[in-house]
Amino acid sequence: MGDSQIIQISNLVKDYAMGKQFFRALHDVNLSINTGEFCGLVGPSGSGKTTLLNIIGALDNPTGGDIIIMNNSIKDLKNKQAAKLRNESIGFIFQTYNLLPVYTVFENVEFPLLLLKKSKKEREEAVMRALEWVGLSDKVNSRPNQLSGGESQRVAVARAMVKLPRIVLADEPTANLDAANSHNILQTMLKLNLELKTTFIFATHDEKVIRYLRRKVALSDGNVINDIIMN
Amino acid sequence: MIKFLIKGLIRDHHRSLFPIIIVTFGTLLTTVLYSFINGQLNDLIDSNARFDTGHLKLMTRAYDKLSNQIPNEFALTGVEKLIESLNNKYPGYNWTPRIKFIGLLDVPDENGETKNQNTVFGMAVNLIGKNSQESERFNLDKSIIRGHIPEKPGDILISEELAKRMKIDIGHSVTLLSTSSNGAMAVQNFVVCGTVKFGIGVMDRGAIITDISDMQFTLEMFDGAGEILGFNKNKFYIPSEAEKIKFDFNNHYLNKGDKYSPLMLTLEDQNGLGEYLQYINVVGFIIVGIFLIAMSIVLLNTGLMSGIRRYGEVGVRLALGEAKAHIYKSLLYESVLIGIVGSVIGTILGLAITFYLQEYGIDITESIKNSSIIMSNILRAKISFVSFYIGFIPGLLATLIGTAFSGIQIFKRQTASLFKELEV
Ligand SMILES: Nc1ncnc2c1ncn2[C@@H]1O[C@H](COP(=O)(O)OP(=O)(O)OP(=O)(O)O)[C@@H](O)[C@H]1O
Ligand SMILES: [Mg+2]
Repeated sequence: MGDSQIIQISNLVKDYAMGKQFFRALHDVNLSINTGEFCGLVGPSGSGKTTLLNIIGALDNPTGGDIIIMNNSIKDLKNKQAAKLRNESIGFIFQTYNLLPVYTVFENVEFPLLLLKKSKKEREEAVMRALEWVGLSDKVNSRPNQLSGGESQRVAVARAMVKLPRIVLADEPTANLDAANSHNILQTMLKLNLELKTTFIFATHDEKVIRYLRRKVALSDGNVINDIIMN
Repeated sequence: MIKFLIKGLIRDHHRSLFPIIIVTFGTLLTTVLYSFINGQLNDLIDSNARFDTGHLKLMTRAYDKLSNQIPNEFALTGVEKLIESLNNKYPGYNWTPRIKFIGLLDVPDENGETKNQNTVFGMAVNLIGKNSQESERFNLDKSIIRGHIPEKPGDILISEELAKRMKIDIGHSVTLLSTSSNGAMAVQNFVVCGTVKFGIGVMDRGAIITDISDMQFTLEMFDGAGEILGFNKNKFYIPSEAEKIKFDFNNHYLNKGDKYSPLMLTLEDQNGLGEYLQYINVVGFIIVGIFLIAMSIVLLNTGLMSGIRRYGEVGVRLALGEAKAHIYKSLLYESVLIGIVGSVIGTILGLAITFYLQEYGIDITESIKNSSIIMSNILRAKISFVSFYIGFIPGLLATLIGTAFSGIQIFKRQTASLFKELEV
């Protein structure tokens, strides 16, 4: 698979309605991302990073243009198909962790597998493996409110990775973490990226993250102004 | 997945506790209110049956036409044979003769001069005769205040209230003045053997009870009776069965040309009781309807409130790949679980309260002092089959409706804006 294309963004436009007017958050974005990339959308606040990430994840609809993601055209996807695509192939990591507070660490990580209707045995194995990746095997029965920020974010990484998705979308994953925890998380993700060929796309303006990226797509006011691939 | 939802419900008290309390409360009120009204109407019907209408009643056509004047001149004759044939033909029922009458009760002093006089309403029933169940029907054992049940001809029971008003003691002799079935003046002396209080306003104000043989003699109604009452041997009024017997009997004996020909009526044909029986169903619907609407509105609002609290959760679940319809369905499942739990608790509590009201009741003697309906002074609830499920209708439907509408409100928001909540 090596360099095969996994996401193709063409002429993407996103307008937000603001009363009778609208605000253009993305102007004609064109971008192609390959399998196994570890790349980031970088740019100042309000530049459109989250907007773009949400459309890639089929959580929001484009106003114009299209994204082809693993041979699915985002603009043609029905609600249910979009859910299926997210369920099977995309892992999300959020700035605020967003663990389900009433469930244990184990149950939070298990949830995507329940949606995939995996057997109990498969679920158990996969959850334990994912928690091992992030070094939280001893916290299986803790509740989110008993975890530190770093631990919570690692649970979120485990939850995103547990189903071995092709793509992980991470929106400001380190915004609430200190330097040590940020590095820890990024090391983990990098390892998974190398071992499993998972494609990672970040939205961030955090230097700690940017240093790890092998590709930086710079956004400004909804436009791609720079695209740097490192070696 | 269901297990997953239940875990969430149990651990998140905000999500379960408040709705369950509302459902419990509404279900409880529905159950109690329904059972209470059911108790009232049943009591009304039961008292009427025992004191007045029977489950079936036989009289002449002419007597029926003027029945509120108690026209004993149109009484049934050949009663002994009539009852024998009724017993043979309809063995599921007990048939018993009664004579109602109106008269003056006169209390003489030592010199035989009138000391005290009062209008009375009288009932002559089979008390002394063999196999009679009348004393049980009138609940005499428990209603006797002083003295005892009539044991021999000439004994009379009078209401305690009347006895007090007329200053009559047990063993006193009293004179009854009435009109015989031939229209002549009828005079008879009786000995007061006991006083009664039925807890039924009309009866307690001024009733007297004698054995039927005494009044047959006094009113010159030999082998006669104003009415013959039929009571189902299992004690319950069964409309379809009574209707069938009435139809069968009237088919055979009713002669429209003969005003003395016998006519059979069911309980429902008398005193407007049929309408009361229908009323009970309508009232059930109304109660359920009111609680359904009220609870739905409250639960809709709690659903919206908890929905707002759960935008974040819904957003995450969407992001993790759960379909909107699936989340909506899971919200409905949750509401059904809450509805079941609340309805079960509410029904159990409601039945407990109903049971208390069934056993002890509420005393309303004061407020119905002047009423002439045959109605007991103690309001009681009654547990019926319907009491067990009626609360579930508003309990379950209201949670479902409440959740269905609040759920729609949640999903009216764009996926992305749901998701936006996550970024705060
Ligand atoms: N639902 C919305 N309605 C209207 N405008 C919106 C909406 N969501 C985002 N915007 C606007 O679109 C622009 C891009 O927003 P976006 O959230 O993508 O920025 P971002 O690059 O992720 O910023 P940050 O680094 O602060 O997270 C902003 O100007 C924002 O105000
Ligand atoms: Mg953002």
